Amino acid sequence: MITRKDVEHVAKLAQLELSESEKETLTRQLGDILKFVEKLGELNTDGVEPTYSVVPVSNVMRVDAEKPSLTQEEALSNAPEKDMGFFKIPKIME
Amino acid sequence: MDIINLTAGEIAAAISTKKISSKEATAAFLKRIQETDGTVKSFLSVNAEALKDAEKRDLELAAGKSGPLYGVPVAIKDNMCLKGSKTTCASKILENFTAPYDATVIKKLKAQGMVFLGKCNMDEFAMGSSTENSAFQTTRNPWDTSRIPGGSSGGSAAAVASKQAPLSLGSDTGGSIRQPAACCGIVGLKPTYGRVSRYGLVAFASSLDQIGPFAGNTEDCALLMNAISGYDPLDSTSINKDSADHTKGLKDGIKGMRIGLPSEYFEKDPSAEGVKAVLEAAKVFEQLGAKVEKVSLPHTDYCLAVYYIIATAEASSNLARYDGVHYGFRDKAAKNLRDMYNKTRAQGFGSEVKRRIMLGTYVLSAGYYDAYYLKAQKVRTLIRKDFENVFKNFDLILTPTAPTPAFKIGEKVSDPIQMYLSDIFTISVNIAGVPGVSVPCGFSSGGLPLGLQLIGRPFEEAAMLQAAYSYEQATSWHKKAAPVK
Repeated sequence: MITRKDVEHVAKLAQLELSESEKETLTRQLGDILKFVEKLGELNTDGVEPTYSVVPVSNVMRVDAEKPSLTQEEALSNAPEKDMGFFKIPKIME
Repeated sequence: MDIINLTAGEIAAAISTKKISSKEATAAFLKRIQETDGTVKSFLSVNAEALKDAEKRDLELAAGKSGPLYGVPVAIKDNMCLKGSKTTCASKILENFTAPYDATVIKKLKAQGMVFLGKCNMDEFAMGSSTENSAFQTTRNPWDTSRIPGGSSGGSAAAVASKQAPLSLGSDTGGSIRQPAACCGIVGLKPTYGRVSRYGLVAFASSLDQIGPFAGNTEDCALLMNAISGYDPLDSTSINKDSADHTKGLKDGIKGMRIGLPSEYFEKDPSAEGVKAVLEAAKVFEQLGAKVEKVSLPHTDYCLAVYYIIATAEASSNLARYDGVHYGFRDKAAKNLRDMYNKTRAQGFGSEVKRRIMLGTYVLSAGYYDAYYLKAQKVRTLIRKDFENVFKNFDLILTPTAPTPAFKIGEKVSDPIQMYLSDIFTISVNIAGVPGVSVPCGFSSGGLPLGLQLIGRPFEEAAMLQAAYSYEQATSWHKKAAPVK
C-alpha cells in the first residue's frame, strides 16, 4: 500500500511540488497502478537475466578530435535567464 | 491535378517528371491544412517557410537532383528537433523551446529533398493514447470529430488521414504510432529498436522509443522507411547494419509465408469487432498463400505491467533534465534554486506526466528497485523469449492493433488504467524490440476504422511490409477516405 507520506517522499525525490489535491489523487492512482503491476509477483524469475536493452549495448567511443558543435550563443539561446555567456540561476543558499 | 489525393509515390513521380512542382504540391497541402485544421487540429505549428523551401527543392530538381521522395511534403511529430522550429512535445515546459539543431531523421529527410509542412500535436511527452494529454489542443479523429485520433502521435496520424500531409513521422514507445494509425485508418510502422536513430528525438523511455512513418498505404510507408533508416554514430543504440530497401520485395507475394496468430490476443474478447476483423483478415492471408496457424505468447498478460514500470522509470530519469536552467519554462518568482526546480516542474508538467514521473521515481527508489524495476526487466527477458520462440517457426505474427476502435473524447481521461489498456496489443512489440506495422482491415458497425498488426523478426520490416502490401492489394480498406471537410 502506498501512503500519502510515500507520495510526499517520492515528490521530494522527483523535485515536484504537489498540491494537496494532487497528493490525494496520486495516492489513490499510484496505489491502483501498483496493485495492477503486482501480478508480476506470480512469475518465478529466479535465474532469469534482466533485459536492460534489447540491443547489445556497449560503450561507443569516438575519436577524441575537435568537431563543430553548438556555438555559445546557440547553446544559450533557450535559456530562461543568462548573463555574460553563462546560465543564470537563483540563489543556492540563503 | 488532384494533388492531395495522390499517394506520396505518385506525387514524387509527378514532381520528377515535371508534371507538377514541389511548390505546387506543398501549396496544395498547405491549403488543405488551412481548410481543415480548424476542425481536425493536427498541427501545433505550420512551417511558414514551407513554400520557400519547396521553391529551393524545385531549383535543386532543375539542377539535376533527384530521389524517391524529392520535393514531397511531410509532417513531423512535435517531439523531433527541427532546427529553428518550436519543438514543444505538446508541453508547457517546452512551449518556447526552439530547436538549435536537427534530429538525425530530419537531416536525412532534408538531404533527400523533403519539405516540412509543420509540427504535429501529440500527448505531452508522448505519454498517452488519445492526444488528449496535449497542453495545447485536442486533435480530432478525421472519421468522427467527437472521437480521439489515438495517441500519442495523434496529430501525425490525423494529418495523413485527413490528407493534410501525404506522409508524416511519429514516435512509438508502447504503440504511439500503430494505435493512432489504426484509429485513423492509415498505415503506421514502428521499426526494430535500433533501426532508426533517436538523436534529436526528445526522450521519453529510451530503451523503448523508436521513430517511424505514417502513410496512406504500404508502398509510401516503405519509401519513408527507406528515407529514415540507418546507422547513426550519434545514437549509441543505433545498429550498424546494412539498411534494407523496403520497397524491393514489396510485390513478391506471400506464398509459403508462415503467420502465427497468438491465442492470447484473440481469447480475451473474441466477439470484439476489431478481433473479428483480424480473423477475417487471417483468411485473406491464407487465400494469398500464407500458412496461418495458432501460436502462443504465454507472457502476454504481463506486458502492460512490465511496460508501466520500465517506461515510467526511464521517463522519470529522462525528464529530470527539465529544471528551468538550460531551456524551457522557469517559474521566475521562486526564491531559491530548489524552490525554482520544484515550482517550475509543478507548473510546467501536465497531470499524466507528473503521474508517470512519480510512479517511475517510486519504482526506482531505495527499497523498491528489486521488487519493481529489476523484476520487470527479468520479465522483459521472458517476453522477448516468447517472441524468439515463435519466430523460430513463423515469419510473422498477426494480431489486432487495438482492442476497440477510436473512443470518445473524454471517455477515459479520468481512469489511467483504462487508458493504458488501449495499448494492450502494441506494448509487447516495444518490450521485445521487434518491428510492428498497423494496416487498415475494415470498419466497425459505427463506420470507424479498424487495424491489424503484423509483427516481424528484428530487422525484417521488409517482410512485414511485403505481407501488408499483399493484403492491401487484396482488399480496399485503405482506399476509403475520411469524410473530413
